[in-house]
Amino acid sequence: MGKTLFDKIWDAHVVHQVNGAQDVLYIDRHFIHEVTSPQAFSGLKTRGIPLFRKDQTVATADHNVPTINQHLPISEPLSRKQVETLSENCEDFDVRLYGLGHQNQGIVHVIGPELGITQPGMTIVCGDSHTSTHGAFGTIAFGIGTSQVEQVFATQTLLVSKPKRMRITVNGQLQNGVLSKDIILYLLSKLSAGGGTGYFIEYAGEAIRSLSMEARMTICNMSIEMGARGGLIAPDQTTFDYIKGRKFAPEGEDWSRSLEYWKTLKSDEDANFDIEYSFEASDIEPMVTYGTNPGMGLKITEIIPEKIDTAKPESFAKSLKYMGLKPGQPMKGITIQNVFIGSCTNSRIEDLRIVAEYVKGKKVNESVRAMIVPGSQRVSKQAIEEGLNVILTEAGFEFREAGCSACLGMNEDKIPAGEYCISTSNRNFEGRQGPGARTILASPLTAAAAAISGKIVDAREN
Amino acid sequence: MEKLEILQDTAVPMPMEDIDTDQIIPARFLKAIDKEGFGDNLFYDWRYDKDDKPNADFILNSPIYSGSILVAGKNFGCGSSREHAAWALYGYGFRVVISSFFADIFKGNALNNGILPIQVSPEYLDQLFNAITSDPNTKISVNLPEQFVKILPDGNTQPFEIDEYKKMCLLNGYDDIDYLLSLQDKIVQFEQEREYIHKPLS
Ligand code: SF4
Repeated sequence: MGKTLFDKIWDAHVVHQVNGAQDVLYIDRHFIHEVTSPQAFSGLKTRGIPLFRKDQTVATADHNVPTINQHLPISEPLSRKQVETLSENCEDFDVRLYGLGHQNQGIVHVIGPELGITQPGMTIVCGDSHTSTHGAFGTIAFGIGTSQVEQVFATQTLLVSKPKRMRITVNGQLQNGVLSKDIILYLLSKLSAGGGTGYFIEYAGEAIRSLSMEARMTICNMSIEMGARGGLIAPDQTTFDYIKGRKFAPEGEDWSRSLEYWKTLKSDEDANFDIEYSFEASDIEPMVTYGTNPGMGLKITEIIPEKIDTAKPESFAKSLKYMGLKPGQPMKGITIQNVFIGSCTNSRIEDLRIVAEYVKGKKVNESVRAMIVPGSQRVSKQAIEEGLNVILTEAGFEFREAGCSACLGMNEDKIPAGEYCISTSNRNFEGRQGPGARTILASPLTAAAAAISGKIVDAREN
Repeated sequence: MEKLEILQDTAVPMPMEDIDTDQIIPARFLKAIDKEGFGDNLFYDWRYDKDDKPNADFILNSPIYSGSILVAGKNFGCGSSREHAAWALYGYGFRVVISSFFADIFKGNALNNGILPIQVSPEYLDQLFNAITSDPNTKISVNLPEQFVKILPDGNTQPFEIDEYKKMCLLNGYDDIDYLLSLQDKIVQFEQEREYIHKPLS
């Protein structure tokens, strides 16, 4: 019987099996950032051991950095301390660091792919759940805890049990005005926030194949919101074209050898999945969330349901209360106060282009604060070269410097309590964007349209 | 890591579903560079109001419920991979979390920090909630060597599953790094023999 893509990559990385249940898995690339690494570095120091494979480790500062005046010292003392500790640790252990001010700095899941560090067939980990993003390149990429960061530091391996395999096929072609963010929010609304737990997902089908790498990353990014360990997409010409010529991409003979291998990375025709789902792209419309987990989403044309099968009535009611919404209410027309375009889900150049094209010549509604935060210094530079920053600022957006920003309420960019924020990020948990903040997840296009009209609208009609 | 074998204690019920790690420990408390002190900020935004005053409605502020066992609704620990969530639960004093379903990363993080996540059936979880809320002094017995939970004195028992290796670690207070370090020769051999090599960054 054939093998799935996931099995092919996994099996090629098993160093050792422990009592049939756990595998010692070799890790090709390890990304680290300031928040989840300090205690792991301390662990190495306490044990008095070196970092085993420093040339497979890359660090950046992203979660805790301000997104204005990055040339100045960080004003908040605890944040500054954490970012400084990262620099000190990277120096002590000789780790490659793209810190604040470096031209390669940015959100860890944006810089890995754009520097060509992420390549098909790899195993990639990071102390961050959205490591699943890198799966868009046909890699096994997943988030880990800090103890595991220390394990990878110490041995370049991890002790893990093998997840089950799920395949989600999206057939046919997307309607106009429907983006890859809408695909993943749609899948989440169908399969729920826990629907992927215990699985590794392969996304397949025509609608997925026809997406750009940026759009594929958006989908794999949010695999974790389904509870899945990760999600991947078989590499193809789109993948190879994206990687070619990037800073760490293989060259010359290496390139041909890599390409030959990468082309073998797909699920065999007769491969068996533990579970399969199939959806029609034509059924997908622009999506928004109305609750406090990413599975609570609906088509922008629908109304908030009375109940859902995947949550107990108390949990559902608590969620709506937090959001200040009611069953039966349409999402369209809700007045919003904030728009955040950014995060490792939607902060790549393609996202910025989509927003700029929509807002060109228009003005952000005067009661809205709209922030757009490029995912990396390189995205920012590219946007400036293309003149997108001018279009965006003329329209009334704050064009900020690279980082996680208002995706999580850790740095200075927070949403005030009780206010709505249409956000292109990945989590609408209570307080995620600041205590009391009410997050509505959507695509960059839906977010851009909301910025202009000051309320939730269907970008296809406006 | 602290050992865990048999525990008998009262429990705190939190029937909410999908309790994510952003609730367990909000992001703004992740700025520390060590593992200490997170217990004080456990469930901060549920525990305290806008003015940092204890929120009387929240279960951890209730004088009635206490104990080192947390019983929670399904899909506990979803969301962010932050191990700080496990440090916060541990720092507060929880050693066992019982739910009908756990998010993967949280489960691993808990086990790596001496917290035992126990998955029980949805029906048994309801029985636990009923027992605790009808008598907050109800003791729950958790037996790791024999892998069962029991509602004391003579309530229902339910067996639970745990990976053999993880069980051994928890019973002895070992962590994974000791084990992986012992495999270093094998790892080097793997690096030399693997068919396709992703070159180190240079
Ligand atoms: S952008 Fe948001 S989700 Fe992505 S790594 Fe940063 S904090 Fe995490």
